[in-house]
Amino acid sequence: MLIRSSSDIVPSEITPRGVFERRREFLKTASGAALGVALQPLSAAIAGEKLAAAVKSPYSTLETPTPYKDVTGYNNFYEFGTDKTDPAQNAHTLKTRPWTVSIEGMVKHPRTYAIDDLIKLFPLEERIYRMRCVEGWSMVIPWLGLPLASLLKQAEPLGSAKYVEFISAADPKTMPGVSRRLLDWPYVEGLRLDEALNPLTLLAAGLYGEVLPNQNGAPLRLVTPWKYGFKGAKSLVKIRLVDSEPRTAWMKAAPSEYGFYSNVNPAVDHPRWSQATERRIGEFFKRKTLPFNGYGDQVAQMYAGMDLKKFF
Amino acid sequence: MFNPSARQLSVLKVITFALCLAPLARLVWGALDDTLGANPIEFITRSLGTWALNFLLITLTVSPLRKLSGWNWLLRLRRMLGLFAFFYVVLHLTTYLWLDQFFDLQAIAKDILKRPFITVGMSAFVLLIPLALTSNNAMIKRLGGKRWQKLHRAVYAIGILGVLHYWWMVKLDTTLPQVYAVLLALLLGIRAIWREQERRRQLAGNSSLPSKPHGKNIPITAKQ
Repeated sequence: MLIRSSSDIVPSEITPRGVFERRREFLKTASGAALGVALQPLSAAIAGEKLAAAVKSPYSTLETPTPYKDVTGYNNFYEFGTDKTDPAQNAHTLKTRPWTVSIEGMVKHPRTYAIDDLIKLFPLEERIYRMRCVEGWSMVIPWLGLPLASLLKQAEPLGSAKYVEFISAADPKTMPGVSRRLLDWPYVEGLRLDEALNPLTLLAAGLYGEVLPNQNGAPLRLVTPWKYGFKGAKSLVKIRLVDSEPRTAWMKAAPSEYGFYSNVNPAVDHPRWSQATERRIGEFFKRKTLPFNGYGDQVAQMYAGMDLKKFF
Repeated sequence: MFNPSARQLSVLKVITFALCLAPLARLVWGALDDTLGANPIEFITRSLGTWALNFLLITLTVSPLRKLSGWNWLLRLRRMLGLFAFFYVVLHLTTYLWLDQFFDLQAIAKDILKRPFITVGMSAFVLLIPLALTSNNAMIKRLGGKRWQKLHRAVYAIGILGVLHYWWMVKLDTTLPQVYAVLLALLLGIRAIWREQERRRQLAGNSSLPSKPHGKNIPITAKQ
């Protein structure tokens, strides 16, 4: 009965036709952009609207992206509830325009950007990244975004700046989960400056060729594909350069379970579950988790000589 | 007061049996229809665990409800409900052993030893085995009502372990495990209160007579 229903291919493993078609369309527009076709400005910014401009990136994986309905229907975004389906149901209340993002702290040129100005500063890139959640599942997501390094270089971090703190919106009026004190809101994440400047680190404003849906962290979120998914702070309002290690929301909630680095590491278990394997959403069998989520070539040198069991 | 005839009781049992299978039917249907969400295996595992706990609590509700309502016939459904709790525990455990660990014995052993939520969950399962095996008339006869009853009090500990298993598994939002903990506390608390009242009644009533063993006396006898 139950055993027979789960055959080699679960129904969700089959990519819906609509997604495939969208993907082809999207690849066309992406290659058009690469050829220098006039880029459409992003003005209305309604979730689901096409984001035409995207330069392809050599950092993209060739793996099959997780279906759109799963990427946008299975989310951890506790500001909208703790069930995976809560964000898709509740995040429509989030108002992403007007929206500003401040680059502040230890920088030569602190500045507050209107979101529409910020995402036009640099050509948006398409980055198809693996995403490994600390809970033991993973996805492949075609993000659209700009390298954080480009933005930080423009702001010119001071010599004293050692870390970058990412602060998410925490508006109880539009984010129902914020009224429950599960985490110490606002959601805070952090990176070491060299991690923030790593070419893989992305500020995403879209996915699947479209404006980022609210449940995925609209209008702007962090993406660090070699770290567990929770490092990707959503709905960012502040990016602050600081000289000491930021205390992240999850470190405050459970310091023994979540460390500052949170690099994907099959050799370091979460205290309550193993991190050796993961289930790719849509797949029946589990796969082995790779160190740094398979991005070791790009990031491992940043941690040379560090005891990653201690700095988990 | 409703007092079903033997025939009515049979009908009641059939209805209860069908209802107890409904959560499983829904999962099978959902798996075939692909309506269990992005991570159907996780959904199935969690749902089976939740229903194991539900049936455990439902089983524990039978005797207080019988006492409060006077519906003695409820007791006739208790064995089935308890066995369904075991049934869902076995299915829940199977999804873990198979779909989560793919029978990697080393990883499973490590999990049981290292992860407290799995340790308590597995303990609850092991403790349930003798209760399931003795849930028949022949075993009641063999053990005798009193010993059988003593053995089956292990279900109180199993309930506590089950709620702990859930509580420790949850990442951050413990609302639901808290609800289960409160319900379990009520079900165990009412028993403790009644037992204490019974003890005092016996002490006050006839202290010269040798006191009966503590606890309410529900004669457990095998059906003819």
